[in-house]
Amino acid sequence: MNIIVCIKQVPDAKDVRLDPKTNTLAREGVESIMNPFDRHALEEGVRLKETHGGQVTALSMGPPQAESVLREAISCGADQGVLVSDRAFAGADTWATSYTLRKAIEASGEFDLILCGKQAIDGDTAQVGPGLAGQMKLPFVTCVQKIRNLDDGIIQVERMMDDGFDVLELPVPALLTVVKDINDPRVPSLKGKMKAKKATIKILSAADIGAEEQCIGLAGSPTRVVNVFTPAPRGDRKMFTGSLEEQVDQLVDQLRSYL
Amino acid sequence: MLIIDCEKCIGCGVCEAECAFGAISVQDGCAVVDDNCTLCGSCVESCEVEALLIEEGAVQVQADINDWSGIWVFAESRHGKIAEVSYELLGVGRKLANQRGVQLSAVLLGSGVTESAPTLIAAGADKIYLGDDSTLGQYREDIYGNVLEFLIKKEKPEVILAGATAIGRSFIPMVANNLGAGLTADCTGLAIRAEDGMLLQTRPAFGGNIMATIECPHTRPQMATVRPKVMQPLMPDLERQGEVVSLSIPDRLLESQVKVLENVLEEHNQVNIQEIEVLVAGGRGVESEKGFKLVKELADELGGAVAASRAAVDSGWIPYAHQVGQTGKTVCPKLYIACGISGAIQHAVGMQSAETIVAINRDKNAPIFNIASCGIVGDLFEIMPLLTKKIRENKAL
Amino acid sequence: MDYLLSEEEQMIKDTAREITEEKIIPLRAELDEKNEFPTVILEDMAKADLFSIFVPEEYGGLGGGCFEIVLALEELARGCVGVATSFAASALGIFPVLIAGNEEMKQKYMPDIASGKRWAAFGLTEANAGSDASGIQTTAVLDGDEWVLNGTKQWITNGGESQIYTIIALTDPSKGARGASIFVVEDGDPGFSYGKKEDKMGIRSSATRELILKDCRIPKDRLVGRKGTGFITVMKTLDISRPGIASLGVGLGQAALDEAVVYAKQRVQFGKPIISFQAVQHMLADMATQLEAARSLVYAAARHIDANPKNMSKPSSMCKVFATDMAMKVTTDAVQVLGGYGYMKEYPVEKMMRDAKILQIYEGTNQIQRNVIGQELNKEYI
Repeated sequence: MNIIVCIKQVPDAKDVRLDPKTNTLAREGVESIMNPFDRHALEEGVRLKETHGGQVTALSMGPPQAESVLREAISCGADQGVLVSDRAFAGADTWATSYTLRKAIEASGEFDLILCGKQAIDGDTAQVGPGLAGQMKLPFVTCVQKIRNLDDGIIQVERMMDDGFDVLELPVPALLTVVKDINDPRVPSLKGKMKAKKATIKILSAADIGAEEQCIGLAGSPTRVVNVFTPAPRGDRKMFTGSLEEQVDQLVDQLRSYL
Repeated sequence: MLIIDCEKCIGCGVCEAECAFGAISVQDGCAVVDDNCTLCGSCVESCEVEALLIEEGAVQVQADINDWSGIWVFAESRHGKIAEVSYELLGVGRKLANQRGVQLSAVLLGSGVTESAPTLIAAGADKIYLGDDSTLGQYREDIYGNVLEFLIKKEKPEVILAGATAIGRSFIPMVANNLGAGLTADCTGLAIRAEDGMLLQTRPAFGGNIMATIECPHTRPQMATVRPKVMQPLMPDLERQGEVVSLSIPDRLLESQVKVLENVLEEHNQVNIQEIEVLVAGGRGVESEKGFKLVKELADELGGAVAASRAAVDSGWIPYAHQVGQTGKTVCPKLYIACGISGAIQHAVGMQSAETIVAINRDKNAPIFNIASCGIVGDLFEIMPLLTKKIRENKAL
Repeated sequence: MDYLLSEEEQMIKDTAREITEEKIIPLRAELDEKNEFPTVILEDMAKADLFSIFVPEEYGGLGGGCFEIVLALEELARGCVGVATSFAASALGIFPVLIAGNEEMKQKYMPDIASGKRWAAFGLTEANAGSDASGIQTTAVLDGDEWVLNGTKQWITNGGESQIYTIIALTDPSKGARGASIFVVEDGDPGFSYGKKEDKMGIRSSATRELILKDCRIPKDRLVGRKGTGFITVMKTLDISRPGIASLGVGLGQAALDEAVVYAKQRVQFGKPIISFQAVQHMLADMATQLEAARSLVYAAARHIDANPKNMSKPSSMCKVFATDMAMKVTTDAVQVLGGYGYMKEYPVEKMMRDAKILQIYEGTNQIQRNVIGQELNKEYI
């Protein structure tokens, strides 16, 4: 069972603060972390490996310092890390990212399963997983909350829906995106950290994966950001006064239109 | 590539401060860019001496870009029932179609959905592409994708909108990918640019702290998933006329590699918090599963549903489906009452676009009060039962 | 203060902290309320290799000693002393095997301890043998190829949850303390069962239970070390383990100080945050100073013990007394800083104060520790 887990390095939301004066994001001192959903995908991959044997490869596309999330992945049980990194990838939207990941996976050999987090917390698009499945013509299921069984080339999963969940079966190789409910990720182990420190992360450039120039980076992206702006702030908040009971009365008054 | 003209650059450092990715530094009086650059372009705009330029390289413009016409809405249905968001999409789609002077069509796939087609016409559609087939009764990424892709290639609409729901966000990205089309996720604003008819798609980034407007200049169709509860549906007009086109779908498109064994409806999941107008949310301050009873009572009284912060979900007081925030759902109700929620950014990003936010918290310095429309500082175990009681009395009047 | 930790030491501290933040803190209030053993958290610790830190490398461990345990326990105690105690008790329970067991015995047990597959517990205390350990009444008699154990152990941490127990029993009652030996009893051994589970004031997530040995028959080779050397091994075990208990006090004190300072900055009275009042500042200053002094002493004692000196009892007892008395004081003061809120279960300092009390009692009461220090002083000055 060879598993590829796609991982993105993202800014840690807990460090992101709004600058009250300019109402823009203050990014100083913001640390980079493994996208939280990807931690769940990695944990699921490692658990599958522990039960079924095989290898877990952590794959990331990003700047050179994204290497650190791949080391973290190794400390959490991945066997190796592959970083696709090239200035030519800059400005990639979800289409160009899906394409690049496909080329990197094709350059990296056989696999049975690709696992992705449902979405990355910085972009929140949830598009790269399904896009990659489309690129690779793989059967896929998004928002998997549980892998029930894996046997004889058939994987049985629960897909979270807005009104409950569906139980589905599909053949491997396949791609799954996972939600938080699927597991409780382990913390990196001491022996894993030691292994990660020594590990060599494979770095692949655009040329290494044979990516076509017009399909990567900004040139390969059908979408363009034309404007970035800060929304108008909320009006002044209203605080009530008086005894607790009086305050509740004022609140009920305020809520009248919703009753 | 970001090109920096060292002749023009005065080494002022404005672009360095502007760069959100720490990719620019000023060295020896000239800005230098490193591998962290994502070509977002914010530095180019910030530069007062126009020393920065993004060079795109060769972009291939789709040859038949002018052949694509018409606005489409994917009308989502589940278990035979049309999702609310479909009507909202028709509402905004109608405006876009009128502006472009083109037809508004809806694609309706499912089993036994034929009788729902007129409600889509009443909600604004000119034409319904109807795929009523028992195979489509169970949603599967691949067959829904196959059918939509087939139809798009055949009919060439310029714009396709779908709800940013579990279903919309799962198969639409695959369709966009296969078509090589641009797709913008979870839009909260859509407009047509008058000069060239381009669809401008606005979406929140960093949970609404920043808004980004996106376009697809070189490719068609232009695709977007749209956040539920943001767009306004039209008043149903039963007099409206429209055309229903029954699709004959080639069998090969209906062959799925995914087998549905079971649909499990969960009682606590019956309400989708993204589609509810009033949410009462509990956080760490609610303290226990028992505490959530108070939250539920208030929600029931207001005809709303219960939501929760990550802290409450992680503590096991309420299932994940109720979680609002960065690793949960993004909601946009008319009224959001946050009880015992501090309002850290991870939670705020999931709810700050609510119309009215009420905060109840013991700590008057809690960040939730910064985004609240109004609030009460105090013990929620005292406030909530009182509030529930007073609302009940008020309704009785 | 920077204690100049090595890269590996820092790694241990970081890993324990990650366990605390991700696994312990979200669950601690519930475990405390329900009196529930943290099985899942101990499994998480095992996956993170925390149980391997004190196991020699030849048995699959990382080869650390007392100092490594201190670093880990300090971080775990910041989250919950009950959970940290369950971890500490497993180390305590296996120390006799590490100190006195033969190679065969170490081969049998240590790899499972290192991987966290099995946990241990230490069975010394009895109804009539608390501070005076020589009062134990459990006996062990050799019958052919088997030892037959009879007696009841009381208040055994991890009782009923661990799979490996080191039991102190008299093999020659006529010789008193010199007639005691240590045995390994495993969960499921014939005649071995668990009695009442205690309902405690604090550290409620840890399991405290009776062990009942009723004609409990175990193979001959379960004797740890030589017959009659039990008490020497017990004393050595406690000398090594006491800095661990002391570090629980340091971690707990740090957690209480953190809560108190954060609250004092937020809480406004008379128009100002209460941290701007000197009365509060002085309390916090004393808490922080005592805490840092305790940490320094515990680290120094642990490093001293790891150098394997002849006499380790005095520094071991000193750090236990000082750090646990500090923890009681600092947690009590933290409740005071939080005032009425501090007394409510909604805030964590209430639990911290309850948890602190046991630290002055278990693994030798602080009165007994002072006896040890006093006796050592008496010996040093001839």
